[in-house]
Amino acid sequence: MVQLTLPKNSRMVTGKTWPKPEGATNLRTVKIYRWNPDDGKNPSVDTYFVDMDTCGPMVLDALIKIKNEIDPTLTFRRSCREGICGSCAMNIDGINTLACIYGMDEVKGDIKIYPLPHMPVIKDLIPDLTHFYAQHASIMPWLETKTNTPAKEWKQSIEDREKLDGGYECVMCACCSTSCPSYWWNGDRYLGPAALLAAHRWLVDSRDEATGERLDNLEDPFKLYRCHTIMNCAKTCPKGLNPAKAISEIKQMMVERVV
Amino acid sequence: MRDSALNIVQIGCDCSHAAERPATEGNRVMADVNRGNRPLSPHLTIYRPQMTSMTSIFVRITGNALIVAALMIVWWFAAAATGPEAFATADAFLRSWFGDLVLFLSVWAMWYHLLGGVRHLIWDTGRMLKVEQAETLGLVMIIGSVLMTIFTIIVT
Repeated sequence: MVQLTLPKNSRMVTGKTWPKPEGATNLRTVKIYRWNPDDGKNPSVDTYFVDMDTCGPMVLDALIKIKNEIDPTLTFRRSCREGICGSCAMNIDGINTLACIYGMDEVKGDIKIYPLPHMPVIKDLIPDLTHFYAQHASIMPWLETKTNTPAKEWKQSIEDREKLDGGYECVMCACCSTSCPSYWWNGDRYLGPAALLAAHRWLVDSRDEATGERLDNLEDPFKLYRCHTIMNCAKTCPKGLNPAKAISEIKQMMVERVV
Repeated sequence: MRDSALNIVQIGCDCSHAAERPATEGNRVMADVNRGNRPLSPHLTIYRPQMTSMTSIFVRITGNALIVAALMIVWWFAAAATGPEAFATADAFLRSWFGDLVLFLSVWAMWYHLLGGVRHLIWDTGRMLKVEQAETLGLVMIIGSVLMTIFTIIVT
């Protein structure tokens, strides 16, 4: 259901302004969403000042610096720091992206950081992705075959392999799904761009033998057809992929098999 | 393996019934999502408006507004069929500055909504789905609807 406003317990208040580092001349203001499950308070937005002369260029560098030097309670996910693990997905300057590959020079003015939109928050910048992962599992993200397993490997022509380009690179950071207004309002039943991009990747795999079943599974007013081509997904994808196009191709496959 | 994965989602998706069903091993995964009064992260208020998202929501807004405008026209005709007094009331409203404004905006809304529909038809063929292309189509809708509105006003 569409609920445009935040529930009472989710409304943000102005939080703490942390002291400026001493002797720093090149400061940048960073505003970060905070929520602590243990203190019973509403979420707040804290203000930090980061000395850019001693900080790396990426948003993740600033977050790590704040955690190391200013406020060790700041909580966020991060791992590879090079855009391949998808852990540090968050909303930076109004769009979803990976903090590790988003440069602070791309942001004008204060750097505002929130968790991925419209998700239950576990703590600070960490959303609960359980449902997102379950949706991914529901599209059967593996090779389904019926013929006997070949002696060596499942072979594929170079041309058929190229059909997987733009699908297999997804790191499942959830930036796209949580940027999608349709997913915000109907995320309980709409699979969202990430899961549908993965569904498309297996639908077009020449080695897969469950195409019909996969399409049956998606033939649903909500799972697939809540996509209205709003295209926030493609616009925000930190890996430059295009879930909107993949979803459109799934819709075409649905039509093609009945005409 | 496949069945268990599907079960998780089906149970999770079935939000309206989740509360009535006793907690079993199967649905605990999804039921836990809002454990501890977890807040919902902000969405509409913090997401930067995009060319594609804004042109998309305006297709919906113009579509709904046009239903209201169409009802107004129906009222006009119905009043004309009812009698001179009823028609005078409806006519006065529709010809007032406010009625003029509504009808003028309806002309724009109609062109905009029409172009939005054409954009969807193009997309349904799998074309123009790159971000830059979609944004160009958005610009075409905005500029095109304004030009067509001016054209309509001049011609009529």
